[in-house]
Amino acid sequence: MSATMDLEADRLARATLRRNARNRWVAYISLSLGVLIFAFPIWITVVGSTHDVSTIGRGDVPLWFGGEAVANYVSAWLTGGEATRTTRSVPAWVMLWNSLNMAVLIAVGKIAISLLSAYAVVFFSFPGRMVAFWLIFITLMLPVEVRIIPTFEVMVNLGLINTMTGLVVPLIASATATLLFRQFFLTIPDEYVEAAKIDGAGPLRFFKDVVLPLSITNIAALFVILFIYGWNQYLWPLLIVTDRDLETVVVGMTKMIGNGDAQNEWNIIMATAVLAMLPPVAVVVFMQRWFVKGLTETEK
Amino acid sequence: MATLTLTSVKKQFAATQVLHGIDLDVADGEMIVVVGASGCGKSTLLRIVAGLETATSGTVRIDGRDVTALEPADRDIAMVFQNYALYPHMSVFENMAYGLKIRGMKPAEIRRRVDEAAQMLEIGPLLDRKPRQLSGGQRQRVAMGRAVVREPKLFLFDEPLSNLDAKLRVQMRAEIRRLQKRLGVTSLFVTHDQVEAMTLGDRLVVMHQGRAAQVASPMEVWGRPADTYVASFIGSPAMNFLAATLEPGGGAAALKAGLTIGFPDGPRAGAAGMPLTLGIRPEHIQLGEGGLDLAVDLVEPLGSETVIHGTINGGEALTVRLPIPAHGIGAVLPVILPWDAFHVFDGSSGRRLEP
Repeated sequence: MSATMDLEADRLARATLRRNARNRWVAYISLSLGVLIFAFPIWITVVGSTHDVSTIGRGDVPLWFGGEAVANYVSAWLTGGEATRTTRSVPAWVMLWNSLNMAVLIAVGKIAISLLSAYAVVFFSFPGRMVAFWLIFITLMLPVEVRIIPTFEVMVNLGLINTMTGLVVPLIASATATLLFRQFFLTIPDEYVEAAKIDGAGPLRFFKDVVLPLSITNIAALFVILFIYGWNQYLWPLLIVTDRDLETVVVGMTKMIGNGDAQNEWNIIMATAVLAMLPPVAVVVFMQRWFVKGLTETEK
Repeated sequence: MATLTLTSVKKQFAATQVLHGIDLDVADGEMIVVVGASGCGKSTLLRIVAGLETATSGTVRIDGRDVTALEPADRDIAMVFQNYALYPHMSVFENMAYGLKIRGMKPAEIRRRVDEAAQMLEIGPLLDRKPRQLSGGQRQRVAMGRAVVREPKLFLFDEPLSNLDAKLRVQMRAEIRRLQKRLGVTSLFVTHDQVEAMTLGDRLVVMHQGRAAQVASPMEVWGRPADTYVASFIGSPAMNFLAATLEPGGGAAALKAGLTIGFPDGPRAGAAGMPLTLGIRPEHIQLGEGGLDLAVDLVEPLGSETVIHGTINGGEALTVRLPIPAHGIGAVLPVILPWDAFHVFDGSSGRRLEP
């Protein structure tokens, strides 16, 4: 009796092991497929940036590294390739510097403004509070593209064409971040506010000593998202900046691609693309711990 | 060290009158417990004293000074919250020191006061920890420590024990009382728990629907409840109420159940036949012939004591608490209602009637 039961249990246990192994293989295969689909274009870019100009020019798509990596990257970094009649060359370091400035200013500016406006909307009761909140909320429905003509005109009238201010300010006002912080602030128990009142902390003191430290993981998560949002801006920089000294890398790269009059320096363009990928990757990798924490847990 | 005086404090939220004029005089060093069911306005009262809520009318005086219009920080009070409200990102030390730091006290003095309070509350080894690394009881102590270091004129407690488990609650209750006596700080303690109220307070304020139903010492509230609400709220199991009418002359009452009860302490004023409510506590009812027959429908054994629920003649419910073990209790129990154990209330208003 007991022997047959043992046998049966053994059979079931082995079946479970087999099933687990099979499930694992299915998981690995589908993951590998996903990785391949996502990573292949990046692989092409990285490999392409190590060949000389004529290889890609012939129409080949090399799948393994060539020998021109150093020359290509130095050229991209220092000169941005050679200008032709329809393209222009801006050194990658200038464009990266501009992009970095823009992305950081947008991220920091958005966070600062949203923190303060969310704080006002949540912790104070004043006439018109809900009106203010809804006005902020409604702007969510109007993305930058919809109001781009009037915004452009305002910037022209203010003389902010071709300035970093003109580039950054219109992108800063952000309903999304305000909304996120509002939701987070609503989870802060009223007792903290009351305890702080009894402790004698004024509104700004409470903001600095309690609200800000409690929001730090949310701020970090938002910084990552907003930095990448800022870094990837295309339409607005394309409109507002014509000065090559203020060119951002995302826009600048497309301007390196000509309209067919001359051969495109794909090796240099790809090297610039690889360089343009690095800062967002660095931000994500560096802030990943905070990022995940900010999205998944609150410090309470 | 201070007195607290409330003069006809009223509070209205939109159309709802939450407090109907509360008057209270708290002596220096006294511990007052405000007790009542949820929604009776007890927390609102505490918050008005704290300055977290503004009274619709009336004045609050601390140590003779009118603080009605002052901010909480300017009232020189300290408060212990139900969920402790310890700042989660600050260490225990920083939590306790925060209020002192804001007041611009010198770091050395802050250190001294926090150390002193920590020693008194036995939380010295915890000063570097974060609140989330503490147990409920430890958080409770830290919350008290934060109040103590301020050396305020007034302690306010907002149901500080209700988040603790039963055993810890009893322990912390005693500790709060000891601490309050030792420091001699005037205190206002809000709770819905009658045992907490009885054991902690020098005097109780029993709140009912926004009014102070009775303000008196715990034994006075228990022994001479001002109305049927107070009588039923304080004491467990709750007092029995029996319908009755006043006999001619006012010296006795006829129970609906068919028994006549004399008033040993003197006749009550009122017309013959006036409706009365007679109250008697379950523990004052005795076993014996010559009284009423109790039809038993539930027996709750408590070990050395037994609580028996049943009905008497006329269908009124009666609860009896007897100092005997539960076994051997039959379906019908003869009980005696001693005359001197009765509380006499007006049948319509519920107010206590004195001789």
